[in-house]
Parts: sequence; C-alpha cells; structure tokens
Amino acid sequence: MKVNLRVWRQDGPADRGRLVGYRVDDADEDMSFLELMDVLNEKLILDGGEPVAFDHDCREGICGACSMVINGQPHGPQKATTTCQLHMRHFRDGETITVEPFRASAFPVVKDLVVDRTAFDRVIASGGYVSAPTGAAPEAHATPVPKANADRAFTAAACIGCGACVAACSNGSGSLFLGAKITHLGEMPQGQPERTQRVVRMVAQHDAEGFGGCTNTGECAVACPKEIPLDVISQLNRDYLTATTGGRRTA
Amino acid sequence: MVTVGERPAVRTKAGRTGPVRVTSIQLKIGMAVTGAIMLLYLVAHMIGNLKIFFGAEAIDSYAAWLREVGEPALPAETVLWIVRIVLTVSVVVHIVSATILARRAHRARPVKYAYRPPVQGSYAARTMRWGGVIIALFVVYHLLDLTTGTLNPNGVHGEVHANVVADFAPGRWYVTLFYALAVIAVGFHVRHGLWSGLQTIGRSSAATQTALKGTALAVAVLLVVGFLSVPFAVLTGLVA
Repeated sequence: MKVNLRVWRQDGPADRGRLVGYRVDDADEDMSFLELMDVLNEKLILDGGEPVAFDHDCREGICGACSMVINGQPHGPQKATTTCQLHMRHFRDGETITVEPFRASAFPVVKDLVVDRTAFDRVIASGGYVSAPTGAAPEAHATPVPKANADRAFTAAACIGCGACVAACSNGSGSLFLGAKITHLGEMPQGQPERTQRVVRMVAQHDAEGFGGCTNTGECAVACPKEIPLDVISQLNRDYLTATTGGRRTA
Repeated sequence: MVTVGERPAVRTKAGRTGPVRVTSIQLKIGMAVTGAIMLLYLVAHMIGNLKIFFGAEAIDSYAAWLREVGEPALPAETVLWIVRIVLTVSVVVHIVSATILARRAHRARPVKYAYRPPVQGSYAARTMRWGGVIIALFVVYHLLDLTTGTLNPNGVHGEVHANVVADFAPGRWYVTLFYALAVIAVGFHVRHGLWSGLQTIGRSSAATQTALKGTALAVAVLLVVGFLSVPFAVLTGLVA
C-alpha cells in the first residue's frame, strides 16, 4: 500500500519546525506504524537525508515510550492502542497521514517527534511511591485487599505514563496521569501512609511543570492507550480535597 | 522516554513571580462551589418567574415579598442583599478562576496542532469559556433591564408583570432573541458544568457518571424550558 505522510520535522528545541511531506510506496498493511516510520527512515538515510527522530522501545505496547499524534489523535485512531501496536491496515491505501509530536509546554520537543517527558518523572518522584521495606517478598495473603479495590488499583496501574492524555487534553493537563497514580496507590493498603502528602505534592509538582487544569472534557480517556477511566480524576480531586481540608497529615 | 539532563526532583519555581500559586484543583473547586451557588439561585429564579402565569398580582406581590422576607426579625431587604452579595462574590470568584485556568491552559500548549479534530468533547464542554462570556454580558444587560429598569421600556419599580410584558413585546423581537440565546447558553453551561462540578469535588464515579450526566442534562433542559416559557408566553399573548 501507498501512503502520503506529513511529518513534523524540527531540528532541535529552538527550531520552529514545519510539516514535511513524504511518500512511502512500499508500505504493508501488516506493518506497525513504527515499522512504517522505519521504512521511511531507511529511505531517507539511503537518500542521504536525516531520518525522522521518534521515541520507541519495547514495541509491545507496554513501555510508554512511543508517542506521536497521528491524524490529530495521540497514538493514532485505533482505540486502546499505542503507536507501536497500531497497524497500517487501519489506514486507507493512498491516505494522507499527518504525524506530529505530543504538544505541551511541559513536554518540550527535543527533535522531530521526540518530546522530553521527564516532567512526568518529576511528578512521580514528588510522591508517586510507597515506602515499603525491600528484601524478601512478603507473604501474599499477609495484607488482605478487597477485590473491588484491587481491581480498581489494577485498572489505574495500567497507566504506562506515555503522556497521551496530556497530548489529547485541550488544556495540556496531566490530570488523567495524576489521577491514575493517585487511584493506583490510594486503593491499596500499602499506599495509605503517604496518601495525604502524595496528592498534595504530586498536584503541586504537576502544576509547577506547567500542565494545565482539567475541564472534564474527557479527551484524555479516549486517547489513553490503556483505557484509564475518566473517574480517576474524580478520585484525585476527592483525595486532594480531603488532604487539604482535613486536619490529618501523614508522613 | 528520553532523559535530557537531570533536574531536581521537586523543581522550585524561581523564575515565576509571586509566592505559591493556587493549584488548578483549588481553582476548580472554587468554580464548582460558586457554580453550585449560582445554579441553586437559577433554579429558584426560574421557579419564581413562573408566578407570571398566575397573573400580575401574583408575580408583583411575590417580587415585593422578596424584599420583605425575613421581616420583622430582619430589616427590610436584608435577605435580598445577602443573596445579592453572595451572588456577586460567586460571579467574581467563578470568572477570576476561569480566567486564570484558561490562561494556564493556553500556556500549557503554546504550539497548536496542525491537525486535531475534537474527538470526545461535547459541544457544551467545548463552549464553556465563550458561553460563559456570553452569559456574563447577558447578566449585565438583564440587571439593567429588569432590576434597575434602565433599559426597560416600562421600567417602573415593582411593576414586574408590566415590565416583563413590555420587555418581550413582539416589536422588540431582538430582545427576546438575545434572551433566548443567553438562556440556551446557560443551558449548555449547566449541562457540562453541573456534571463537571460534581467530578471536581470528587462525587463522580464510573458507576454514577451516566446518571449524573443525565441529571445535568435534565436540569439544563428544565431551566431552559422554564426560563423561555415567560418570553414566549408574552410573545404569543398568553401573558399580557
């Protein structure tokens, strides 16, 4: 199959960047989108050009490294799918596909489609952890967790921190990511000691990184390749309200 | 993820002016609470408006009662002024918070997408900001029209029925049109705002989301129908 690509090219953080058109004639419907980019890059290198820089790692849909906004949607049009697991069979032969980097001031473009997402790392470092003793694994049944809480924690823990929620949000907010972490740790008994300080510190860091506020539009949950539900933001807000209005302080 | 340079885990905002900023969630909670106050007022206002269908005497005496309520325990117009002050504070907090949040949202995405169709956001959710501006402008006109009477063709204090009938006279169709558009804007605003506010104060979950959105839509429709019934009753001669 043949596709026409309009790819964002940007030499570096200071460059203004522009969309450049490329034509790939030997695409295959069984290729992943990243493999299409590989084919394009091989051509570019053979032609003596600069390959398109893009992030990727596991190519199994679990690491959160791949990004890209494909035809206006983070990770492309396929529901619950990362860019690496998106296949060309979901596109029409001859289709023009626009590829842009995730756009947010907190995710500055490094080059082409690569953005610096260490802002998420700093949000995690500010409180997205539990203080558990390391060493031998504890007995699995020592700490009972109700099934409903375990399920909800697991749903939220599916977040791979890719940043698609920020890329999709009209406010450039990281609320879905934040809500996923708060829900994931807050539903578990191990997450209780730091629950109050976690939400306060993570929200402060989120805002300091320059992410916007949430308007509950729901673009994030649609874009999320791991289908994190929108109501984790409700849980985030509730924990924040409890933490900032209650007298109890932990850790 | 690519790591470009190490920065301290908790970055201090040395470059920014001012002390600790109000967090976006705090601003949102402020908007949710003030929004709830204004929504409760709107419901009461809409129900009060329906008195016009019981005749001039009913609505005029109701309007007079609004000034006397609380007497003799409270001096005249005390409750009225408490409501006015609470509403004014609510409007100011709501608009200031919305402005700060909108500015932050703009700063959070300085470079726009070349191609990005809206995928999920409802029309109501996407028009909250400009819809809010339309409503604010309408409220100014509405106060000059039916509170102070400045822009009302009758404009006699206490003659609520006569003022309303003069206001929505068929010859002044543009007033009715503006009123209808503003009320519909309120409907859209409430449709997203009521649910969004509940989510902001952490009262929404996956289980209740559909029910809450349905409730918000029902409240919005009831408000629009209730508010529009008055001008259309005047326009069709049902109230004259």
